[in-house]
Formats: sequence, C-alpha cells, structure tokens
Amino acid sequence: MDFLRTSVIPHFNYWIYVILMMIGLWAMIGKNNLIKKLIGMSIFQTAIILFYVSIGVKTGADIPIPAHHAHHDEAAAGAGAREEEDKLDPDAFANPLPHVLMLTAIVVGVATLGVALAISQSIHKDFGTLEEDEILEKIKASTHDG
Amino acid sequence: MKKFALVAVIVTGSLLLYAVGDFPAFGDAKSPANAGVEGGFSVSRYYITETAADTAVPNIVTAVLADYRGYDTFFETTVIFIAGLAIFAILRVANPGAPDRRDRPSSDSGVEGDHNRVIIGMTCRLLIPVIQLFALYVVAHGHHSPGGGFQGGVMLGASFILIAIASDLDTALRRFSERRYLALGCVGILIYGGFGLLCQLLDRHFLDYGVLHKLMGVTPVMARSHSMLGVEIGVAFTVTSVMFAIYANLSTRGELRSGL
Repeated sequence: MDFLRTSVIPHFNYWIYVILMMIGLWAMIGKNNLIKKLIGMSIFQTAIILFYVSIGVKTGADIPIPAHHAHHDEAAAGAGAREEEDKLDPDAFANPLPHVLMLTAIVVGVATLGVALAISQSIHKDFGTLEEDEILEKIKASTHDG
Repeated sequence: MKKFALVAVIVTGSLLLYAVGDFPAFGDAKSPANAGVEGGFSVSRYYITETAADTAVPNIVTAVLADYRGYDTFFETTVIFIAGLAIFAILRVANPGAPDRRDRPSSDSGVEGDHNRVIIGMTCRLLIPVIQLFALYVVAHGHHSPGGGFQGGVMLGASFILIAIASDLDTALRRFSERRYLALGCVGILIYGGFGLLCQLLDRHFLDYGVLHKLMGVTPVMARSHSMLGVEIGVAFTVTSVMFAIYANLSTRGELRSGL
C-alpha cells in the first residue's frame, strides 16, 4: 500500500505509458498476423505520445495560447516598449514543446501506417495470406523450387 | 516466438518501470523538461515568454511549429508527402482497359439500399460543407486558436473520405481527382519550400521569415506571423491530399475504381 502511495500514484502517467508500450511491443514481436503487428505498432506510438504530452503538464497551468487583449498590430508595434512589465509567467502555461513534437508525430504516424498497410496489401496480393509463418513457408517453398 | 516475446516484454517493461522512480512527479512545473536545469537556459520557458515579442502569434504551439522549429516541420511535411508517393508506387496499378469512370452509371443496390442512400446522402450533403468550412477555419485561424495546417488538413482530407464512404469513390474522385490531389500535394511542399527559398534570396537563412517584411510591407515581427499562415496553408494542402490518397489507394487496391 505504501509502495502504491509513494511510487505509483505520483508517477501514474509513466506507469500507464510503460504498460501501453509493452502491450504494443508484445503485439509487434509475439503476434503472427501482420495487421496485428501494425496495431501493436500504433499502440506503441500512442504510448510514446502519452509519455511526451504528460511530461509537458504543469499543475494548474493553462493551454499554451495566451489571450491577446491588445490589438494584434498594436502588440507587434509596441513589442519593444512594453517588454518588461508584460512578460508572461512560464509556469502559468503548459510546456508547448512536447505538443509541437507530438502534433507532427501523430500525422506522420498516420502516413507511415498508410505505407505499412499498403505494403501488407501487396504482400496479401502476392502470397494470399497475412500470417507470418505461412508467408515464410511459401517463400521457402518457392526458393527450393527455383 | 511467443515465449521470447514474453521474456523481452517483461525484461524491458521492468527496466522501464524501475527507471520510473527517477522521473519527476506528474504536473511538476519545475521538472527539467518544463524548466530546464537549475539556473540554466530552458528552451520551453523561452518559447512561452518570448513568442509574443518575437512573432506576435498568440498560439505558442504554432509559433514553435512553423517558426522556431520550421526545419523540423518542413521535413515532416516532406515525410508525409513521400509516404503518399510510396503508397502510390506500391499499390497503384494502371488499367488502360478499364472503362472511364465518368461513363459508368452510379451503382444501385436495390430498393432497400436506395432508402439508406437517401438518408446517408442527405446527412452528408448537410454535414460536409460544415466540416470543410470548419477545416478551413482551423487552418486559417491556426496561429490564434488551437489548430493549424496538420489538423485542418486532416479534417479536409476526412471530408473527402466521407464523400467516398457515403456515396462511392467515383463521386469523391470527380471532385478531387487523382491528378488534382497529386498536384496539390506537390504545391503544398512548394509553398513551404518557396517561403524558405524566398528568405534565402533576400540574404537570410532558409525559413528565416523576418526578412520577408520587405515584400509584405509590415514590421518584421508581423512578417513572421503572416509567413506562418503561409506555410501552414502549404502543410494543409499536402496533408489533405496525402490523407485522401491513402484512403483512395488502400480501399481499392490501387485501382481507384468503385471504392468500398
């Protein structure tokens, strides 16, 4: 119980990401079907995204989009003059960097998943199956013939 | 193989969980990732405090994405474009013998199918313009509110996929043909790269937008803000066309006919 209170609860985001990542890793290594391997890869990616986003969280902080009360052009023109008194408090806004990194990672992840699905589709066209062992058997058989 | 996988997963998982104790607590504003090392420079704190003065963009995420880390985003967009090309190269089959899709009547599937088609068709007819308008808003307003090229591009691509699912792929291709989406994908990359090259032509570094104020007639800070909108539009073009290309090629095994 003590272990739960001191180690698990303050770090629960890391526990969830490790568990999710291991589910994905297990699917990628242990599963026989290529599509299931890809599902594992997606779960793995999602775990990494969760890890990054949870790193950027600050308790009580706002989204990293400060409201701009002053007019846009006015703010730009007066940027030099009002410098000191108007500095934002960095602890009041969530860390933007993990969000930026994951934003591109999500879309790139979708695009690469598309490539992976395209490759498995053309494997299915050639071998008639998506089970890894059956594909390996067919490759072995065809090399013995040739 | 299953046993090996289980051993690998348990070993890796326990090593990672062993390391968890050394991580900062959840939501700690003073953690190294959020505040840098003690007394040192922190890039994420710099982004929060200086973005308004550097770029006049309220959305810090967009400012980091399109300006501070412009190289990263440029090549991420290129990766997406290359992924689209790879799918095209792997799956697309030319079928010169196939009938022109414009000549074929749209497929009917009996009376019951027609009833479903009316409901789905009407719903999509009402929804799709709203989705597309919102997607354009997300792109155009991405540096003021949550949004940007990637998100808006995915939404716009999804609206075309919705057309293809609700009626058939031919209907969607009539609006967004293969020639068009390939061209739009290239145009997106060219817009982004063009902004970079324009900065180079004006004797600055690649993607250093501040110098574009000479062409735009605004302050250098506002030139950064406007250029960010420009590159976001480029990103949105590429993402839209690649999302639709992935769906169109995967759902028809590269034949681009008849869809699901």
